[in-house]
Amino acid sequence: MTTGSADPVEAVGVAPAADPGFLQRYGATIEYILIPGAALVGALATFGLFVALFGKNPLDLYFYMYQGAFGTWFSWQNTLTRAAPLILTALCTALPAQLGMVIIGGEGALLIGALSATSVALAMPWASPLVVQTAMVCAGVIGGGLWITLAGALRQYRGVNETISSLLLVYIGLAVLNHLVEGAMRDPASLNKPSTREIGAANMIGSIPGTDVHWGLAFGLVAAFASYILIYHTVFGFSARVAGGNIRAAKIVGLGVNKLILMICFLAGGAAGIAGMVEVAAVQGRTNANLAAGYGFTGILVAFLARHNPLAIIPVAILLGGISASGGLLQRRLGLPDASVLVLQGIIFVFVLASDALYGRIGFLKGKS
Amino acid sequence: MIIGETPLPEGPLGVDAVAVTMKFGDFLALDNVALKVRPGSFHALLGENGAGKSTLVKCIMGYYHATEGDIMVGGREQAIANPKDAHALGLGMVYQHFTLVPAMTVAENLVLARDDVPAIVNWAKEKQELEAFLARMPFKVPLNARVSDISAGERQKCEILKQLYLRRRFLILDEPTSVLTPGEADEVLGMLRDMVVNGGLTILMITHKFREVMAFADEVTILRRGKLAGNGKVADLTPDSMARMMIGAEELTVQPPRVGQLGEARLELSKLCAIDDAGAVAVENVSLTVRGGEIVGIAGVSGNGQRQLVEVLAGQREAESGEVRVRGDLYSASREEMRRHKMSLLPEEPLRNACVGGMSVADNLAFREFDRAPFASKGWWLNRSAFRKDAERKIGLYKIKTRSPDTPISALSGGNVQRAVLARELGGEVEVLIAANPCFGLDFAAVAQIHAEIMAARNRGAAVLLVSEDLDELLELSDRLVVMFHGQFVHEARASEADLTEIGRHMAGH
Repeated sequence: MTTGSADPVEAVGVAPAADPGFLQRYGATIEYILIPGAALVGALATFGLFVALFGKNPLDLYFYMYQGAFGTWFSWQNTLTRAAPLILTALCTALPAQLGMVIIGGEGALLIGALSATSVALAMPWASPLVVQTAMVCAGVIGGGLWITLAGALRQYRGVNETISSLLLVYIGLAVLNHLVEGAMRDPASLNKPSTREIGAANMIGSIPGTDVHWGLAFGLVAAFASYILIYHTVFGFSARVAGGNIRAAKIVGLGVNKLILMICFLAGGAAGIAGMVEVAAVQGRTNANLAAGYGFTGILVAFLARHNPLAIIPVAILLGGISASGGLLQRRLGLPDASVLVLQGIIFVFVLASDALYGRIGFLKGKS
Repeated sequence: MIIGETPLPEGPLGVDAVAVTMKFGDFLALDNVALKVRPGSFHALLGENGAGKSTLVKCIMGYYHATEGDIMVGGREQAIANPKDAHALGLGMVYQHFTLVPAMTVAENLVLARDDVPAIVNWAKEKQELEAFLARMPFKVPLNARVSDISAGERQKCEILKQLYLRRRFLILDEPTSVLTPGEADEVLGMLRDMVVNGGLTILMITHKFREVMAFADEVTILRRGKLAGNGKVADLTPDSMARMMIGAEELTVQPPRVGQLGEARLELSKLCAIDDAGAVAVENVSLTVRGGEIVGIAGVSGNGQRQLVEVLAGQREAESGEVRVRGDLYSASREEMRRHKMSLLPEEPLRNACVGGMSVADNLAFREFDRAPFASKGWWLNRSAFRKDAERKIGLYKIKTRSPDTPISALSGGNVQRAVLARELGGEVEVLIAANPCFGLDFAAVAQIHAEIMAARNRGAAVLLVSEDLDELLELSDRLVVMFHGQFVHEARASEADLTEIGRHMAGH
């Protein structure tokens, strides 16, 4: 290459900056909202067609979805309750993404986090509820954190693709959970559904006062804000962004990439582990296979829709929580199968992934360069 | 082509670019440029990086469509919609980097390049024809050798032969000698010169080496910042007058004189070995000592292990065996060691090796210091205003052209990215500096600034290891010169006493 500045992309930086203009300054931000938004609308329209094939009116569908998700205070609470674990499991994908990793094993970390939290609670029946709850949070973070750290370590030290290993670890986690729940930890009283013993009503974390929404939402919000601050305002986050942006540049300034990867994997797994702990301590009261409800997988979708921005995860999680909350109403009013919201989730995922190709290609957003 | 039109004249073709203007958005890459290449001449196109040379030839080859202006081929206006049209007219281009398939033989590469490769190739017949073709050519290349087994010089000859085999009558060469030793360069250019003199071929060569222009070209056209800066017969010009046209009235940073004393050993490599990405040995038993206050230059044709050597020193690659010591301490490229020994690195391709494209200029400038005060309070909380203040100072000091400190660094031109890395790496105290092709692809002003900075660091007592493919740069800056070939150091000389032919011979492995 001999003529560097003749390249149109580079020319942008060379040209004098008279007036950057609105589109040029905010074009990228608009893109980040517009493209996932359009993908969502496209997915909803496609889902409308899918429903029309069943002979239902798509407009009814959209109305009931809105009703079921955000129409009433009751549906709002349902939505927020579902959003809470999604925020946490989305962080499990979004945090490693800052380092350029694609971790999709949030479900496994959630299960191991739940199992660890339950074990700790069952092991200390003598302690006061506050002590038990604190121990459960710690156990959830450590259990989930180590689970994803394993995927990170496999990548750094053995060259195993972290996407594959984290996904496979989900199935191992589920198998471990089933093994213990049906064996060593089984409550003999649980006949139809093998479960552990209950952690006890006193140890449940309960709801945010004045609502039916459990405290998991607060955990999620705090974790999302803390992640945002960690990534954008701390030395650790800066190192992570350097390593995620260009590993060669990180090495040339001597950043310890291995350590960064293991630490961020631990935090990511820890977030999903809290989601598991919350599901036990606020919803189920015990550990059983019900915990594998797919929050970990929906969290991947949330993280991608939010483009791995910890703050954007919050509204996206609420939106997808709403979609899943509306499933019941769709079943009752339109006679659609309960699983149809899963079809919608799948369609959304495909649209979001496909829309990735559009970044930087929308003509009118490029402004005049 | 219009039916009934008279065919293009036989023999070498002439190409004229008439009043060509090329805009990318608001950026004017070419402004009313004229280029007249007479049939049967050897024409040089000179200019700094960013002057518009590549843009102009890409307009001729149909990669770009000029915003205004015409391209005339053989004295006739032609609409060249794409490279295929250009090829049909007999125009061909040899790129700076090789376009041969390394795993195939020379003969296969040549036949493959044709537009009309039959579904089943009759190799016996093709070989016969190729041999007949080669017999008429001044270059000889081994037809049955794999491209991966032949030298850079032979590959460059293959590229040129490929164009001739495809019956191109107007050949554009884009910096054809950048991958060759001086000896190989003279051989290849000399043969091309003979072909031009004997008729049958016209050559347009992009270059920035005055020596080649003076020795081989008949005429020259000089571009500066997208405008025609001058043209004429080479016989009427001197390197000085051409340089003035290329640079214009721009003030260049003056390089400080070589002063100071040789200090203690700062950087010691002993029996260092490293492998490349494919697992082949790239650096083999390399030992070297660089002392404070000296610049040791490593010369060699690209691909002889220099890149892997620098990567080991930069922490981007693990050494297989051997050790590196900095000021006597074992060195493993950790942040703490780099800081303690005040090491700086200027890698090649800075955007790929030393910057995060998506992060801002201010962030990139802070990579070395962000985890210390004033950038970080108490070692963990980032202090944004310190980033900005430091960036504004460095941007001013190192003349980095950027819209603002918050602009993503990938939006800057190559020279300005390089300046930003320079500001980061040389902004503080330096005791050991490792630079790899620090000026590759930069304009005169940037090169002069970087050379001056490197010399100044040396004069302040830094140990400098300079790896470069540009011999002139090495001879200008180095105190000592080491030649690297096939991963080994094969020759060493004091730069002041270095003999160019001797060095060229070692670079080629003789």
